[in-house]
Amino acid sequence: MIAGAFFGGRGWYKFSRNRLSLFGLFLVISFILMALLAPWITPYPQHAESFIDFANANQPPSAKYMFGTDLIGRDVFSRVLFGYRISLRLSIIVLAIAVPLGVIPGLLAGYYGGWWETITMRIVDVFLAVPSLVMALIVVGLVGSSLTNAMLAIAFFWWPWYTRLLYNITRQLKNEGYVTAAQVVGASHWHILIKEILPNCVPSLLTKMTLDMSFVILVAASLGFLGLGVRAPTPELGSMIAEGANYLPAMWWLPVFAGLGILIAVLGFNLVGDGLRDLLDVEV
Amino acid sequence: MLGRYVIRRSVAALITLFGVSVLIFFLARVMPGDAAGIALGESATLEQIAAYRERHGFNEPLHVQYWVYVTDVIDGDLGESLYSGSKVLDDLAFTFPATLELVLFSTILMISIGIPLGVLAGRFRDGYIDNFTRVFSLLGVVTPSFVWAVFFLLAFAFYLKVLPVMGRLSEGAVAPPFVTGLYLIDSLVDGDWATFRDALSHIIMPGVALAMASIGQTTRMTRANVGESFDKTYIEFARAYGFKEFRTAAVYALRPALIPILTILGLDIAIKFGSAFLVETVFGWPGMARYGVQVILFKDLNAIVGTVTVIGFFFIVINLIVDIVVAFVDPRIRLGALAQ
Repeated sequence: MIAGAFFGGRGWYKFSRNRLSLFGLFLVISFILMALLAPWITPYPQHAESFIDFANANQPPSAKYMFGTDLIGRDVFSRVLFGYRISLRLSIIVLAIAVPLGVIPGLLAGYYGGWWETITMRIVDVFLAVPSLVMALIVVGLVGSSLTNAMLAIAFFWWPWYTRLLYNITRQLKNEGYVTAAQVVGASHWHILIKEILPNCVPSLLTKMTLDMSFVILVAASLGFLGLGVRAPTPELGSMIAEGANYLPAMWWLPVFAGLGILIAVLGFNLVGDGLRDLLDVEV
Repeated sequence: MLGRYVIRRSVAALITLFGVSVLIFFLARVMPGDAAGIALGESATLEQIAAYRERHGFNEPLHVQYWVYVTDVIDGDLGESLYSGSKVLDDLAFTFPATLELVLFSTILMISIGIPLGVLAGRFRDGYIDNFTRVFSLLGVVTPSFVWAVFFLLAFAFYLKVLPVMGRLSEGAVAPPFVTGLYLIDSLVDGDWATFRDALSHIIMPGVALAMASIGQTTRMTRANVGESFDKTYIEFARAYGFKEFRTAAVYALRPALIPILTILGLDIAIKFGSAFLVETVFGWPGMARYGVQVILFKDLNAIVGTVTVIGFFFIVINLIVDIVVAFVDPRIRLGALAQ
């Protein structure tokens, strides 16, 4: 059904009518390609690690170094692209953990109701009562900063959004005629949840996941900015901004280009998500 | 009907508060495994750690430890901060007004810019204003607050040199006499215009950086809901009745849109407390959020627990207030037409 709405001519036609959505799709595809191809398309792939070249440190943008160089002479352009790899990997893994973790209790809470609903939705309220950035900061701060810990910490505070979303949709859907019909012919609860209700949640889920790609990238960069994300020398956009921000206004190119780098990735996913929301006519 | 609704919401808020306290307890005491070792730092000997565990009751069963923690929090005893060496409660009382001032300032910006802009965009849909608004609010939402902060610093502090780089007041300036702890209000109460201008020039950049995302969010939300209003017959009626267009837009089209806007307000304030962690760090704003960052980096458990407890408490109370205000504003809830 979704594939039909998407790739069947009419869905694509409607999506492509909106120039902003198309622009967003262009940004997303560029972001993914740059992330995947970074080792081959960057001028100095060796600068992604702990490379040192003091002779070329703190260079402003030039023909040789498009975005300038950082404190120890590494090419900022190469590091931004390698930073994209980290952002992409991180956000995909966070969603791969958080989405199933949130979807299943949400489906059950909306469908069965009763005490399961009460307990689940109260827990969701608790998790949403403190900003996820703050909670993730604390977890990473206490267990130590690394890529894995950052991913786990973000995912651990991201699932409740999906529980709430699925709960709201399921509660509406379970009163639909086709669900009643399935119940009447004696379909199992399992069948109804997986075959009748879940497929109808996919448009909302897909839209929310696209939008969340941008917000996870943002939170991850925030962790990095505060020194609690990926560890040096791994290139990470947030920590690059922090490094440059300490030497303002002298090293303006470092935070500006790393900042624009984040902006492009976040903007792309946001525009595509908005386009999907209009196209699939869902609330998230 | 309304009374019962308020009571039910308050009970729910209390339950959430209880849940948050369990979550915080779990994060700070159970998850790190060796809370005593973290609290004492890496140079502590095994004997010191054992003594610390004994003294702070870490050898008791978990539910006993939890009970001690909750009763301490209710008594206002959050323990001592390793980072500052003083009582956590004193640290929080000292830093909280700065964060509150920043959050309130950016909330005022969000309401006073976001709502009018959204109404204008909804009134002139697909016109120039609408297109400008769309791009502006999108940039607001997708740009991280610390990136705005760096851009603002470069533009206004270093290039144009019109705004100060750091802090709440210029160096050597004396804080206004304490009334609320918010410098903008205290200096006005004192009638000290020079200090007011100084405080204002310091809060503009962090305040706007913190507000950008929520201005964008509010504008989008207002535009969507007001836009819908303009398709309704009561707008046609208001126009037919001869009301000026301004009154039609600002009163009749906006009013039904206010309810969804109010509900996101509470959520937005919580997010601001999170983003303040970043903005305060960039601008050296001496608030609770910057304190929070420092104590997290320092692994100062008591101070971490204190900071999050305050943030969680604030968020729950703000949401409770918003829900009750909405119930007063929304006749469907007030009259019990919506089965909640």
